[in-house]
Amino acid sequence: MKSKPRFLTILDIASVLLLAVSAYLALIYAPEEAVMGQVQRVFYFHVATAWVGMLGFIAAGVAGIAFLRTADLKWDIIGIAAVEISLVFFLIAIILGSIWARPVWNTWWTWDPRLTTAAITELIYVAYFMLRQGIEDPDRRARFGAVYTLVGAVSVPITFMAIRLFRTIHPVVIGSQSAQAQGGFNMDSGMKVAFFFALFAFTVIFVDLFWNRIRLGNLAQKVEQLKLKIMS
Amino acid sequence: MATDEINATKTRQAGATNFLRAVGAVVWKDLSAELRSRELLSAMLVFALLVILIFNFALELDLQTRRSVTSGVLWVTFAFAGTLGLNRSMAVEKDRGCLDGLLLAPVDRSAIYFGKAISNLAFMMIVEAIVLPVYSLLYNINLFQPGLLLVILLGSLGYVAVGTLLASMAVQSRTRDVLLPILLFPVVVPILIAAVKASGGYLSGAEMSEIMPWLNLLIVYDVIFTAIAFMVFDYVVEE
Repeated sequence: MKSKPRFLTILDIASVLLLAVSAYLALIYAPEEAVMGQVQRVFYFHVATAWVGMLGFIAAGVAGIAFLRTADLKWDIIGIAAVEISLVFFLIAIILGSIWARPVWNTWWTWDPRLTTAAITELIYVAYFMLRQGIEDPDRRARFGAVYTLVGAVSVPITFMAIRLFRTIHPVVIGSQSAQAQGGFNMDSGMKVAFFFALFAFTVIFVDLFWNRIRLGNLAQKVEQLKLKIMS
Repeated sequence: MATDEINATKTRQAGATNFLRAVGAVVWKDLSAELRSRELLSAMLVFALLVILIFNFALELDLQTRRSVTSGVLWVTFAFAGTLGLNRSMAVEKDRGCLDGLLLAPVDRSAIYFGKAISNLAFMMIVEAIVLPVYSLLYNINLFQPGLLLVILLGSLGYVAVGTLLASMAVQSRTRDVLLPILLFPVVVPILIAAVKASGGYLSGAEMSEIMPWLNLLIVYDVIFTAIAFMVFDYVVEE
């Protein structure tokens, strides 16, 4: 059996360090926002986790298409790794967003495009796992999973556009600001450092988790094969 | 050279007619089986009427509320009754081994998909054709407007296009009866949003410019998801 790659171990350590530094930058280094106060510090991790959730979402869709084209089970392992990570990070992003929204929007939740789309993505992922759970044949399970991630990957952007036709109050900090948005602000240089560092740190953490999860999937597959060998 | 071309065109035409004939055969099989047993339609219909009845008490559909919630009530009813029909229509194929028989037939697999989707659409439209007048009668509201009917057609089309694909996956899993709505609803959210908004627009007599974006969304969704289902159906029924 292959032992853990050296570079992966380095990446593990780097992820932990980056997370620590990013937490320091977000919680202490970055200046306090004038209107919203301390709660604005949630923003750095909120955007970073949402970004990682997006990365996982795209990776899952790509892996789904690749599996359907090649029928190679390695793409299924990559797909499920991406979905799992994306599920967790979207959940973190939603919870952090709610913590921020309570004082700023005066509510835990609104049916804004971004919030609703994130929630629906979570539901699609949960459905994905329920679908996989109900199927024993690994080949069919992989095929169905790939088809469903593909359907999900296409429907989620359409959902976003559909809800966007409604009015939105979610602030757009990067890029143009919509007139109805509440809780927007301009970043000063200290904030920008914390923000881009958080994005970078979480991207590294994503790669690290992704790699570990794929490795776990490969090992699980090997165990499965060995089990079959013993039984026969 | 010339005969080659003619032959090629002929085979292509023959291929197209064969495909259409196969689709027609699947639709015909479903419709005639349904005409004899009437299990699916009666179940969907009674269920749809019960949902409307429940809404009546749950929402107190008085004149004021009715105006604003009619389109929502209609679409929830169609969506719930739709899953019932989709589940049943695929489960019948699976349980009696008909699906294997269909797959053995020397036709393109997508012909089976289109056949099932068209018959599912037909069942849904029949249910809608009965629910609409009943609703109009019960709540004294005119639902027979060409625009609204168009929205219902487009919405049902997209719903059935995705639903048929996902139902054929759901019936092959262990938890199939509960699985279909869980798989289907998060994916058809755009259809439901657009259909509710467009229907509401027609019912409240909104400007065409307000309704148009929703109609466009419905058409885009229908086209995209029919194409996707057409491409991936093979993988879903493959043994």
